[in-house]
Amino acid sequence: MCLSLPARVLTVDGNMAEVSVGGAVFRAGLQMVEGVRPGDYVLLHAGFAIEKLKEDEALETLRLLDEIDGLVSG
Amino acid sequence: MKYVDEYRNGRHIARLAEMISREVSREYVFMEVCGGHTAAIHRFGIPSLLPPEVRLISGPGCPVCVTPARYIDMLVALASGGGVTVAMFGDLMRVPGSILTLAAARAAGADIRVVLSAHEALELALADPGRKVIFPAIGFETTAPGTAVTVMDAGKRGVDNFFVLSAHKVMPPAMEILLKEGTSLDGFICPGHVAVITGSSAFDFIPEKYGLACVVTGFEPADLLLAVLMLIRQVNSRSPRVETEYRRVVTRDGNTRAQGFMNEVFEHADTEWRGLGIIPSGGLTLRKRYRHLDAGEQFTVEVHEIQRDSGCLCGDILRGKITPADCPLFAGACTPDHPEGACMVSDEGSCNTWYKYHNHD
Repeated sequence: MCLSLPARVLTVDGNMAEVSVGGAVFRAGLQMVEGVRPGDYVLLHAGFAIEKLKEDEALETLRLLDEIDGLVSG
Repeated sequence: MKYVDEYRNGRHIARLAEMISREVSREYVFMEVCGGHTAAIHRFGIPSLLPPEVRLISGPGCPVCVTPARYIDMLVALASGGGVTVAMFGDLMRVPGSILTLAAARAAGADIRVVLSAHEALELALADPGRKVIFPAIGFETTAPGTAVTVMDAGKRGVDNFFVLSAHKVMPPAMEILLKEGTSLDGFICPGHVAVITGSSAFDFIPEKYGLACVVTGFEPADLLLAVLMLIRQVNSRSPRVETEYRRVVTRDGNTRAQGFMNEVFEHADTEWRGLGIIPSGGLTLRKRYRHLDAGEQFTVEVHEIQRDSGCLCGDILRGKITPADCPLFAGACTPDHPEGACMVSDEGSCNTWYKYHNHD
């Protein structure tokens, strides 16, 4: 139920966007997120974008994972 | 960056598992309270990557599983009444009421349709002003803002044939009930998508009042293992606090716009959770200013819930007291094709998940 998927924004029309989850296209209400543009990633839940994904934080987590990788094998 | 595959890197996963094995110094029990986490943990085989000292148990975070039989009975009665369409998430279709499932009611002629969002239910109402459309609003803080936006939209447009029957629930009070009941835990894997809305600060009371570790995490295998490692470190260093692994979408304060919509439309109320009983402030009902859209206010249905004891142990499973395999009905009298309890119905239910991903010969 709380299943929410990262979705790429294809088009924006007022409060409604078309988004792609691995090629499957859904509609997403944008009322809860500000300044969404085509190309952005949002978290899609039950027909609404509930948050924008933050690329810098996502990369930071990956950097942490790489660091752990280095620590254990080193 | 696709925000999915990057967190499924086999090398990261193997290293995290190795790291966890190195750092265990005692036994640990961590509870995940989100049904999505339960499904992801078993789908990715996370328990098989953990040393025997680390046990993950499932809590009450599947909204379908905690929806009372009485609520299903009400929907069956409403949809069977004529002139009424129940437009709902497909998850609800096979949940056992005390007499019928909604799937059985639909087969018998009730007007029940599946929608992907509250907004789609409103569109059905707008397209056919002669029909009354009821949207059964289930789900936690993740889902409630979407219902709220839709209710506000219906209110602004002056729609008079769209109604909501709220069974929305909120997670922190349920987590606190488990702790008050004395569930023995070392920490929580906190629900990531609930936290997108509420912010990680919604769980601050857990380390503060109960001294337990908390990590808000995502749903990919590296997210889950990193959360387990972070929890173990909190326990080992005796410094329980709320940490967030899922920083790509979760902040301390959450989505304040979404919170604003929820507060505009809903207020907290004591609410029945299937298997757990009444939880104080555990749910959301429509505020008085939206009572004209509240199906609970606008429709009168007589429901005579039939109490029956099938031996289903969903209540104990939702509390993390036993695992699905401990229930005598599991994989015998109760299967995904013929579910006795709601935990076997939903893709996020513990029993359904165990049935799919574990041996049960």
